[in-house]
Amino acid sequence: MIVKRGVKCDCEMMLPRRAGAFRFGPLIDRSVPLAALALLLWAAGCGTQSSVQTAAPPEKLSDYGLFIGNGNSQEPAEGVIPYDLNTPLFSDYAEKFRFVKLPPGSRAEYRGDEAFVFPVGTIIAKTFAYPVDARDASLGRRLLETRILKREPQGWVGLPYIWNVAQTEALLDVAGDMVDVRWTDTQGRERANNYIIPNANQCKGCHRLGDELLPIGPKARHLNRDFAYAHGSENQLAYWTRANVLTGSPEPKDAPRLAVWNDPATGTLDQRARAWLEVNCAHCHNPAGPARNAGLDLMAAQKGPTQFGIFKAPVAAGRGSGGRDYDIVPGEPNQSIMTFRINSIDPGIMMPELGKRMIHEEGAELVRQWIASMATSEVPQPDR
Amino acid sequence: MSTFRSRLVYVACAALAVAGCAKPSKVTKIAAGEDAQKRAQTALINAKPGEVIEFGDGKFEFTSTLSLDVSNVTIRGQGHDKTILAFDQQGQGTGGEGILVTSKEKATIESLAVEDAKGDAIKVNGCDGVTFRNVRTSWSGGPKETNGGYGFYPVLCKNVLIEDCIARDASDAGIYVGQSENIIVRRNRAENNVAGIEIENSVNADVYENTATGNTGGVLVFSLPDLQLKVGHHCRVYKNQIVANNHENFAPKGNTVANVPAGTGIMIMANRHVEVFDNKIEKNQSIGLSIVSFLITQRPYSQDKGYDPYCEAIYVHDNQFVGGGDKPDGKLPKLVSILAKGKLPAIVYDGVVDEKKAVDGSLPDKLAIRIRDNGEADFINLNLPTLDLSNSFALDKERDKVSRDLKPFEGAMPKLSPVTIAGVK
Repeated sequence: MIVKRGVKCDCEMMLPRRAGAFRFGPLIDRSVPLAALALLLWAAGCGTQSSVQTAAPPEKLSDYGLFIGNGNSQEPAEGVIPYDLNTPLFSDYAEKFRFVKLPPGSRAEYRGDEAFVFPVGTIIAKTFAYPVDARDASLGRRLLETRILKREPQGWVGLPYIWNVAQTEALLDVAGDMVDVRWTDTQGRERANNYIIPNANQCKGCHRLGDELLPIGPKARHLNRDFAYAHGSENQLAYWTRANVLTGSPEPKDAPRLAVWNDPATGTLDQRARAWLEVNCAHCHNPAGPARNAGLDLMAAQKGPTQFGIFKAPVAAGRGSGGRDYDIVPGEPNQSIMTFRINSIDPGIMMPELGKRMIHEEGAELVRQWIASMATSEVPQPDR
Repeated sequence: MSTFRSRLVYVACAALAVAGCAKPSKVTKIAAGEDAQKRAQTALINAKPGEVIEFGDGKFEFTSTLSLDVSNVTIRGQGHDKTILAFDQQGQGTGGEGILVTSKEKATIESLAVEDAKGDAIKVNGCDGVTFRNVRTSWSGGPKETNGGYGFYPVLCKNVLIEDCIARDASDAGIYVGQSENIIVRRNRAENNVAGIEIENSVNADVYENTATGNTGGVLVFSLPDLQLKVGHHCRVYKNQIVANNHENFAPKGNTVANVPAGTGIMIMANRHVEVFDNKIEKNQSIGLSIVSFLITQRPYSQDKGYDPYCEAIYVHDNQFVGGGDKPDGKLPKLVSILAKGKLPAIVYDGVVDEKKAVDGSLPDKLAIRIRDNGEADFINLNLPTLDLSNSFALDKERDKVSRDLKPFEGAMPKLSPVTIAGVK
């Protein structure tokens, strides 16, 4: 909601009570009379820049009304749709629960390649949790954080909420946090992690595309899969269309679909590795993303071998190069910078550099196999 | 009455607004001590345009990257010897940099030091209007391969001013400006880095009155393939002291600068319109000044259709070369020492010309390499494309193909215009 600011003299009065939201989009609210706006700009930023400020975002996650009860069970309330992705981002083995809620009577517009276009007022929520024992869901779980993306008139706003120890409420905290967690993994191993709850700037580190903040998950190729709804299993694109929250979607069989990284039935080794790389790396490593300066594009649709790393020399890798010459040396994972960085947890080396404190062993192995499977070839020589 | 009152309010507001602009609108102070990470990061996230985030005296121990994404914010300390932002305790998953700035416009960082970042010390990505002033970046263990890559690292930026700063111990470049436009780098000291100052794939840069010493290479002006900003051009390097840049190369292998020979004064690679003048280039043991194409890296580039690997329109004049050339390091200087038979010439040109642009075998005047009035500086043109380097034991047979004759390169070119940044004198 936009605060319709009148002409006020006290600059402090114009600051939001809590300026935690991060946002992108046009900086001018057209509804404010121009003369007043000019004065406001002048007062707030001495004529250089200003941003439209919103009402303070809710302090409590429960204020959004996304869940039944206090949200502890992560059961969606009426009108809130849970969803999954074909290949999810690895987040230190945390479980994730994803939800979308559109304003009543509104619909998202389908897009073939980019994120769907959601109406103003849409809420996307993602909760991160660790199980007590990944082999037995009945033992319960610990909720850590719920990240909210809200579609405001000027663009998407991201808000991190941290769950309390009692697991009854989550509160807004823009500075993030670190939390010690322990769990038993699928193979019965005791695991521990100092889990990072990112700060609001770090959220932008992944969600920024050009000058905009955008959702990453709700794209056709990620959503085109079945979900076990309360009413039974159904393709998500089909259900969203049937539930009248999505318009313009083709039949699922005609929509793009990314492979499931760990399910060989869904794609070849190449397709699964490229899916894993897109989801885990390409939010930064794309031509408009935060790592565009590196010239590496890991979107699965990128067909140029140099662009996705083959015999691409590093630009600003520093010690991230690991003494290796190229991002990918076909057939030689142990000579490829990509595997070196995916397998590191040193802050000056590791990739991804945010939100990761553990190596995704299975994902790293997939990339290793993918590079090993490539036909070895000589470094292309410069033409003389 | 009501009209009058509202008019009065309006005037009063305008007066307050003007008064408010005489000084920065808001200063948020951060003292060293417990919880500094959370206090500083929260202040940076909640900062308003025009705000100053001011760190006090002392050493601040941070455990993760400090990030700023708000335009027109100043991060200020009490001096680079008084306010130390230390990152040796930086943990995984919180970012690789010491400070990361992603603001769209106007970021100023001044009067503080960033020490021991795990990755780059200060990175600014995609900002129009970047100022670093009186800032130091360094690593406490001295120059080491395990240090972060860059000290000062603006990339994809416009209107970049780096002045009166100190950059030490970076395992890539102390001061690195990449894929940026309109750049002034002046009065800085770059010491004990692999590259002292590097201008890469950038347009319109003035690099002057700096001291680059103790680095592997003093000043590099490079263009590399496969990047967004394809070709660097228009760079002036002048009135710098480029002294004894003889440090052993400690860059991790794989990085381009890992190939820079120890003892390099100035190296220009794959750039156009570069003017180098009035510098003192002293006691650099390999090559005082080299002008080379990307071909010498022996790396692929031809898949990047927008890239141009050649050096053109390079104008080198009125520099003073003193000593040096007495201890060649790395492939190119060693090759030069064999071909030159003895002390290395102060100025080395690889002689690689884009044949598509050549007229009768040499570059047209406006794209020529021009070298004049550099005192006693000697010269070699390697004529690299004509050399047979396949037998490293028979290189002396290639000696008659190189040329020591400066005549074809003598003459003047139009001087380049100074870089101007609004509000910077």
